[in-house]
Amino acid sequence: MKDLQNDTADRAQAYQAARMRRAVIEMCRGPGQGYAGQGLELADVMAVLFHGHLREQDRFVLSTGHAAIALYAALWSIGRMTDEQIRTYGYDGTHVEESPLDDLDGFEVTGGSLGQGPSQAAGMALGERMRGSDAHVVCEVSDGELQEGSVWEAVMFAAARDLSNLTLLVNDNGEQADGATAEVLGIGPLAPKFEAFGLHAISVDGHDIPALRDALDAARAHDGPAAVIARTVPGKGVTTFDRFARVHYVRTDADTWQNAADELDAALAALG
Amino acid sequence: MLDPEDKDAGRRVVEAPFAAALSRLMDARDDLCVVTADLSKWTDVLPFAKAHPDRFVQVGMAEQNLMGVTAGLAKTGLLPIAVTFGVFATRRAYDQIAMSLATRPCKAIIAGFLPGLDSRFRGTHQAIDDLAIIRSLPGVTVIDPGDATELEEAVVAAADRDGLTYVRCSRGRAEALFEPAPFRIGPPRQLADGDGGMGVVTTGAATRWVAEIRPPGVAHLHVPTLKPFPAGEVAAFALDHARVVSVENHLLHGGLGASVAQAMAARGVATPLDARGIDDRWGEYGRPEYSRDRLGLGPDALRAVLSGERVAA
Repeated sequence: MKDLQNDTADRAQAYQAARMRRAVIEMCRGPGQGYAGQGLELADVMAVLFHGHLREQDRFVLSTGHAAIALYAALWSIGRMTDEQIRTYGYDGTHVEESPLDDLDGFEVTGGSLGQGPSQAAGMALGERMRGSDAHVVCEVSDGELQEGSVWEAVMFAAARDLSNLTLLVNDNGEQADGATAEVLGIGPLAPKFEAFGLHAISVDGHDIPALRDALDAARAHDGPAAVIARTVPGKGVTTFDRFARVHYVRTDADTWQNAADELDAALAALG
Repeated sequence: MLDPEDKDAGRRVVEAPFAAALSRLMDARDDLCVVTADLSKWTDVLPFAKAHPDRFVQVGMAEQNLMGVTAGLAKTGLLPIAVTFGVFATRRAYDQIAMSLATRPCKAIIAGFLPGLDSRFRGTHQAIDDLAIIRSLPGVTVIDPGDATELEEAVVAAADRDGLTYVRCSRGRAEALFEPAPFRIGPPRQLADGDGGMGVVTTGAATRWVAEIRPPGVAHLHVPTLKPFPAGEVAAFALDHARVVSVENHLLHGGLGASVAQAMAARGVATPLDARGIDDRWGEYGRPEYSRDRLGLGPDALRAVLSGERVAA
């Protein structure tokens, strides 16, 4: 019975991840550009979070501002944004900005200046605890962002204040603006760093839905703050993008976007 | 006015007005919390921390985290007051104030201690640039109280204001100039009427500096709210006088004098303006009285300026 339930959850979340990937392509193909890499690489994580893990009272903090496209896709997948809204992504004057401010529904923080999510998530976790709420706070942060010292101020604080209702979700995509994280400024193995700062660290394949679910559940259940380090692949799920050396910011022609859309439509049909 | 031993005998002082404000707010509301970065003993927060440990948040020596945690607390519906020295708040955590606190914006208060020449230490502790820095942020309210009574009331008033408010604060035995009265954010206070010749506009500690030596016949407008700046009232005051002097406990760049000049220029008020403050340099090491003298802001220099004598800054 348990296996059957898990199998059903796997299929449902995989389907939602494919929907989100398709939405990411739809958002980018209009303007012909966007953060497709982030949207595609985070789809599995977002499917697990927004279609099972997060409860009504929980809070999700997206620290990486330019990964907003992944959150737009997630909000669309649960009906908080419409088709019409997400199709305005990246156009002049849109509210669906490539890197929005926190005055937008669904965005707990302004993430464009990187490394500011963890402190605010820690403050939220503490505030929820002070108010007697049982809300859990999940904060996405990218591996490149870990180069910002402010992240570690927040991690120290979370450990010292024993914020059991806080999970950091590291999007370990191995990329940052200037190139591969390992080449720009290698930050070495991540789990021991979090452990040394007092967090429970769990490493997981960021595209293995059952493993992600288990890791987030374990982080939530842990007595103390935890970090889930999810290894992700930029552009994951669209082989059309395999020919790109790096899938960070994607600017390409209409045919390529159409190929990606066709590929995901086929994947959706297979899952549906 | 940094330490008890610095206080001149004979001046009226109030003990720890910021602590009094916190106590009043805690009595009146159930959403208050106070956040500090290793400076609770040095900002009059310790009594609050001891009385309300469940509403006191110590983040350690980490100002970026101070502002981020403050924003997170605000985003759960609490009213956080972030407390540190003005230099650390505005210089070290400016990006966090801007991007974590000011974009939504959060309802929160930043208490910046050791304003201007309040500290003996020069560039490290004297917040001579905090008003210029914080005033540049969209939508932020900025207050430089004129004395201990106004400090207490301004913090209480800020708690009822939406958005982010920065209040310059003094610790310990702070000088009192006014009788306690509710504080209104925005309007200036006319402290003296004049004969239409000289008018002086001041904010913060400079209001006391001028009140102590103000010659008869000089009108005095105290402007504790730097933002939103009461430009209309200030320009009207300038229009009513033959000459205007502004005095501030801050750099000339981007503070009161700049605001007065902009208010006047925008309204076509051509009254000559002599702006007095710290002129594009770091302060001096030493007691406030010493620093003021060295920087051309001592009692004798201000008396001469307000008497119409030409004095080099």
